[in-house]
Parts: sequence; C-alpha cells; structure tokens
Amino acid sequence: MKPLHTLTITEVHAGLKNGDFTCEELVSHFLKRIERLNPKLNIFLSLNENALQEAKKVDEQIKKQGITLPLQGIPFAIKDNFLTKGMITTASSNILKGFMPQYESSVTHKLLEAGAIILGKTNMDSFAHGSSTETSDFGPTLNPWDEGRLPGGSSGGSAAAIAAQLATAAIGSETAGSIRQPAAWCGITGLKPTYGRVSRYGVVAMGSSLDSPGPMTRNLEDAAIILSVISGKDVRDATTSPKPVENYIDNLGKKDLTGFKIALVKEYLLDSMDQRVKDLIVSAAKKFRELGATVEEVSLLDPKYSIGVYTVIQRSEVSSNLARYDGIRFGHTRDHFNEENKRRIMLGTYTLSAGYYDAYYKKAQAVRTIIIDQFAKIFEDYDAVIGPVSPGPAQKVGATKDQPMFGEMEDILVEPSSIAGLTSAGVPCGFVDNLPIGLQITGSQFSEGRIITIADCYQRNTNFQLFPNLD
Amino acid sequence: MTTTPLIGLEVHVELKTKSKMFCSCSADHFGKSPNTQTCPVCLGLPGALPVPNQAAIDSCIKIGLALNCSVNHLSKFDRKQYFYPDLAKGYQISQYDQPFCENGFITLDSGKKIGIERVHQEEDTGKLQHTTIKGEKVSLVDYNRSGVPLVEIVSKPDLSSSDEAKEYLKKIHEIIKALGVSNADMEKGEMRLEPTVNVHIEDEKGSHYTPLVEVKNINSFNFAQQAIDYEIKRQIDDFISSGIEKSNTNKTTRGYDSIKKVTFLQRTKEEAKDYRYFPEPDIPPFVIDDIYVENLKNSLPELPDQVVANLVGLGVEIKFAKIIAKDGSMLKAVLELRDDREIDIPKLASLLANKKISVGKNLKADYQSLNKKGNTNEEELTKIVEAIIEANPGVVAEFKKGKTNVQGFFVGQAMKQTAGSADPQTLSKIVSKLLNQ
Repeated sequence: MKPLHTLTITEVHAGLKNGDFTCEELVSHFLKRIERLNPKLNIFLSLNENALQEAKKVDEQIKKQGITLPLQGIPFAIKDNFLTKGMITTASSNILKGFMPQYESSVTHKLLEAGAIILGKTNMDSFAHGSSTETSDFGPTLNPWDEGRLPGGSSGGSAAAIAAQLATAAIGSETAGSIRQPAAWCGITGLKPTYGRVSRYGVVAMGSSLDSPGPMTRNLEDAAIILSVISGKDVRDATTSPKPVENYIDNLGKKDLTGFKIALVKEYLLDSMDQRVKDLIVSAAKKFRELGATVEEVSLLDPKYSIGVYTVIQRSEVSSNLARYDGIRFGHTRDHFNEENKRRIMLGTYTLSAGYYDAYYKKAQAVRTIIIDQFAKIFEDYDAVIGPVSPGPAQKVGATKDQPMFGEMEDILVEPSSIAGLTSAGVPCGFVDNLPIGLQITGSQFSEGRIITIADCYQRNTNFQLFPNLD
Repeated sequence: MTTTPLIGLEVHVELKTKSKMFCSCSADHFGKSPNTQTCPVCLGLPGALPVPNQAAIDSCIKIGLALNCSVNHLSKFDRKQYFYPDLAKGYQISQYDQPFCENGFITLDSGKKIGIERVHQEEDTGKLQHTTIKGEKVSLVDYNRSGVPLVEIVSKPDLSSSDEAKEYLKKIHEIIKALGVSNADMEKGEMRLEPTVNVHIEDEKGSHYTPLVEVKNINSFNFAQQAIDYEIKRQIDDFISSGIEKSNTNKTTRGYDSIKKVTFLQRTKEEAKDYRYFPEPDIPPFVIDDIYVENLKNSLPELPDQVVANLVGLGVEIKFAKIIAKDGSMLKAVLELRDDREIDIPKLASLLANKKISVGKNLKADYQSLNKKGNTNEEELTKIVEAIIEANPGVVAEFKKGKTNVQGFFVGQAMKQTAGSADPQTLSKIVSKLLNQ
C-alpha cells in the first residue's frame, strides 16, 4: 500500500471505502508527519486540536452510510487568512495574533459541509503582502525541495504543505500570483479561479478587486474536485457570479487536446529569463502539439505595464482594507504592522490622496481595461494562453531583504491575468537545478472547465508532478 | 452695502428598512441594548463583506424621484475614508461621483425653485458613549447603529434666508413622511440637518463672498433657523472687521450650541480630511434601467404639494389646504365627501382646519347642524339693521372716517337681537349696503 501522505483525494476515498485504513489513521499519520517536519519547515502556524475527533466521526459516518460527501475525511491545510470559527486566524500578522474568529469563511464552511477535516492553518506573507512567505511575522516557511530556499507566496505555507505532503489538499488565495507562484516554486498544482467564482467572504482582504481563493493540490483532479465544492454564488459576497457551477470532474481525463487552440505569449519569455526556463516552456508547447492542440505564438502588452497597474490598485485597496486594524479592537495596536504592511499602507494612501487619485488610481484602472480587452481579443481565437509562472525557480532565503518590489518582479508574468480576473492553472513543467518550474495555463473568465481539461491532459501525459524525499 | 445670504442644506435621513444597509441585522436600533444588533459585517470584522440592501436603494431612489431628480443609469458605491472610533471599517460606504439621483428641485410656496444637487445612499456609523465606570473615564462604542441606511439629500446654495431654509426643510420632512421611507423623527436623530452658509456682500468696493461655513448635525428646524441667522450676522460682522473673503482653503466647520444660541468653530480647512474616495471594490456597480425607475415612479404616493394643489382645486383656501394635507384622517374625510352635494367642501375644510368640527362618524351631521342656514329674509333683517344704525351714530361716523371693520359691530348686534337666527352672510350684505348708501 502507498504511504498515506502520498494519496490523492480519489485514492483516499478508495482506501477509506475498502477499509484499507481509517480516517483516524490517516489524520494521525499526517499529524505525526507534521510533528516531525513542521519545526524545520515552519509550514503550519496552528493545528486543529479536534482533528482526530472529527476523523473518528467520519469513520463512524462511513461505517454507517459509506462515503456520501465529496471531501469526506479529506485532511486539509488552510491558509491562515481564511477565518475559521474557533480556530485562531492571524493572516501571519502580529496585529491579529491570537485573534479568534466568531464566524466561518464561506470557503471553509463549504469544505466542512463537504466533509473535509482541517488539520491546521498555514503560514503566509503577513496579510498576503509578498511572494516569499518571508514577510510573515512568524518566520519564513522553507521550501521542502531545498531548505535554503523560499516556498514563494503569499500562499507559501499551503504550497509547502502539499510539497512536503503534510496534508492531502490545501487552500490558498491569489491576488496576483499567490496561488500559482508558490505552487510553481514548490512543484505542486495550483488553480486560480476567475475573480468572483469563489467567495471571498471570511478571507482577510488584501486587494478586494483581485482576491481569488483556490485549491492547491497534488494534481489537477484534486483541484477540480475541490473547485466543484467551493465555487458558486454566495449571498454574502456581492462580487460572486450567479453563473451556474460546472461539475469540473467531468472536464478531467480527456485523451487528447485535438481542436484546442493554445497561444504562447512571446512577451512572457523575458530576455532576462534563464534560458533553461524558456526551454521548458517551449517543450511544454511541443507537448501540447503532440497532444493534438494547435499552438501559436501571440503578442500581448509587455507584462511590465501590469506591475504598475497592479501595484497601484492593490496598494490602494490594501491601505483601505487595513484601516480597520486601528488598535481599538483585535487586541493589538498599529505598531504591530510590519515594515511591508506599512510600506503598502503608505503607498496606497498616497495614490488615493486628493490630487494624485487621477494620476495613479484612475490611470491604473484605465490601463487595466486595456489589459482586459487585449485578453478578451486573444480568447476570441484561443482556448488558453501559456507561459512560465515565474521567471525562475525558488529563490534563496533572505532574497526579499532590501527588495521592496521583490514580489512584483517575481509575479510579473501572473499579474496580467490577475488584473483581468482570469482563471489560470499552474502546473509543474520540469526542473532547473533540481528545483521545480511552473507552467501557467490561463483562460478567459469562467472557463475553468476548459482550463482544467487542458492542464489535466498535460499533467497526465507528463511526469513532472513529483515530491521531494523528506524521509 | 447689500447682503444676500447663500444657504445650502445637507439633510441626512435614516431609512426605516427592516435590515441594515449591508447586512441582515435589524436597522431598528433606537433604545436597544448596546451591541445586541451586530454581525461580522457591521462590526467590520476581518473578511466580512457588504451586500447592498435593495429595499434601501428603492427608498433612496423614491426620495430622489419625489424631489424631481434624474436617476443615474450607472451608479456605484465608494469608500469614504477617515478615522474615527465609531467607524468600524475605517471607511464609510457612501457614493461619490455617481450617486443614485441628481439634479432635482423643490418648489417653495413663493414659487422659487431650490435646486437639489444629489440624493445618495450611505451607511450610518456606530455611537460613542463617554461615561465613567468604577471611577475611570471611558469611551464605549455601540455598533447597533453601525450600517443603518442613511440617505443624504444635498441642496444647491439657492436658499437666501433662514425662513426659506426652514420651509425647505419642512417640505423635505413632509415628503419623506409621505413616502413612508423613514419616520424622520428629529429627536431620535432620524433626520439630521447641516446648513452651509455664506453671504454675498456688495459695497462700494464691489462684490464679495464671505468664507463658507458648514454647521454640523442640527436636529431641529428651529435650531437650523437660529444657527443660520446667527451665522449670517456673524459673517457680515466678521467681514466688516476683517475683510476676509471666501477662498479655496478657508471653509470651516462649526457646531451649534442651542443653549447659548451661538455657533462655535470645530475645524478649519487645514485640518479638514482628505477622504480618499475610491470605488467600493466589494460591491459591483449598478446598471439602473428605465423600467425599474418607472415602476418606482408609479409606486409613489401623492406628494404633499400635489395634495395641497388638489384641495385648492376643490376651492379650499390654501392655508386650510396645508393643514388638511398634513393630517391623514382629515384629508381622507374631505376626499370622501368631495362628491356629496349637501356639503360645501371649502366650508368643511375651514371647519376642520379651525378645529370647529372633528373627523368621526358624526362628521356630516355635525357639519349640517353648524351650517343650518339662518333667516335670510332681507326685508325683515333690513329693518333690524336700520334700527341699529340709527341708534349708533358714533359708530357710523367712525365708518365714514374709513374704519371699515366696524361693519362687524352691526352684524354682531343684529345677530344678538335675532338671538342668532339670522343668516350672517345675508346680514353682512345688508350692513354693507346700508352703510355705504
């Protein structure tokens, strides 16, 4: 039998159904593994004390009725910006240290309703301000592939939890790159849904017009199963779409990609980029052709413009969203904000100030519209655009020091799609210096089904979804 | 030197919707135990999101339509950012450059039109309570009011006296009540008034404007009137002594002390806030279609001015029409009897307005007994009047000197002599005829 920490959702369900193991054994296995590896990697900030009891309950349910829920008994790692009722939620910030939520986020509520077990809450950049998990107020998470390197971020803890196999599945959230980039650096699968596909209710807000919660998993199949559960209109989030949710599982397992049209974005193969990364993307394009898809080169706006647009919009929203941490409630005063938090509040406050609003925020929104229109045009002819997630593999611990724009430079290739609110899958496409490299497969808004089909087919026909040996 | 006050008014109205503006907590907060009507949204907890209350938006647009505004096809919410301990999120959700309604007006009884700049939707803040607990001075926050829907009605600076301002405010109050969207109880803070005042002064040196002053949070029409009058005088005096004119940087905010009857400085422009408005990303913009607006328009009740006009159309004197229009039961009674041939509607209205008769089952009977026609026999009455005129030459002399109101004396005497059986109208006709012979 395969070790329990190496199983996908479908494999866990098969094992539970056959009685190969119990949910209690599964959860206990993960908890032991966490106990062994977490002190070194700093992935979980807190653990669910009731996880084993919940597992026992699941065993009883399965005994009586079999498996009736899509995520029954599946152990999850949850990014610490999702409010979990009765479980401390900090968004890795000292200002929320010890904060005990009085309500459950819509995403975790849906997971729990679907039978999931939350193992614990994972480390992240403080308030999701970063792409390294190095700005966490509780120390950086280390990359399971190389402990001298960063996991990426801001969902670095959730990505590392999957790479280190400390949970069957994880939840992250992406504002621009925060799912796909750590997924790429940790060599796992990440799926950023369309903005408005998954509810933001109960997620500590970063860039409200961009934030998109999504699954971080061992493969596309798991991501599709989870997305089917967490997607949909939420009466508590006015920006969620009423569009009906597909059963994304139906989009899995296609034999080939005949009839699909894929665009390789020229501008995303940056001059400054490691040639070996470019080669991997070109190989991926070749693979898509082998699978029957048409792949053509296209041209998009230089992604450097997205950095400016993204920085202004996100910082503006951040400065507003963090105003509620005014020291009156939540137990800690404003001096508990860290340097990066303060830098973002200052910049955002500036760009929204009288006299600067037109020059920054308004102009950024205008360019955002251009980027949206460009993508819309591309998607008239193509099902997906592909490119690297990140210009290179995971960077070394300490790389963010004295680099206020670190995240923006690392996320240059994922910011355009985030600004446009698109859906995008990040999947491993090879290795450089024994470190994983990620491929992004991006589609139009609400084309999750098609993107899952393409990414799943690619993943089943390649062998890059690997895990580091930590034993 | 001539002086013309320029007065604009901002009026905040608390809507009486079931739930708050962006969450499902009860909006009925007055007198409730502190912090018993709260949830993650109106407490501004991390991750909570606002979901707009459609009933409140309907009410806001109804107010706009009643004030002759046009409804914007594209509208949105914005964040107005400032720091105050009763502001849970660190920003208020309001509307900045695309309010639901714009460009309306209200017509004063003089016929003067007062422009309405905008009618927009926003949310109320929590309430601070400064108190002493166990000998320690503390400030407590009650979030029951946090997120209660508010509509802000902003006039153009078209009002030129405190009387006009008061009439404008009363009209707004009547309209809000007639629409049924708010109780607009001033004492409960359900309607709050903020006049902005300055004065246009013309003297031998030319044309001058005094610096703008906004007077905050007044909760009675009389206080608003007093505050405006005080400001007009203060500003003129100030201009005469200092010569300081309005500039882009010298608008100030003042409070009104209703006991001392003075306004006092609260904030100067240098300290004024930059609200850093930007579109609320948590709420998608609104596309408002004509059918929706048309339906709301059709749902509006008859508004006070229209009701008055209708009564005047029935022959009712305007001063009585205004009293009746404000009283639902009187209005109903008058309208029910309008086609009754035995009833003279202007007379009925005058009796009701003067409280000589009251609404009830016996209204028609009461009316008829009060209006029984007296003796109209002119020949008989003329004799009586002639005798009275003869007996009172002094009074007649006064009449000839121009004191025409002594006519009433003769009518009264004649009524007395007939023990009230004479018809007063016939009598006054005879008196007038005889005196003018």
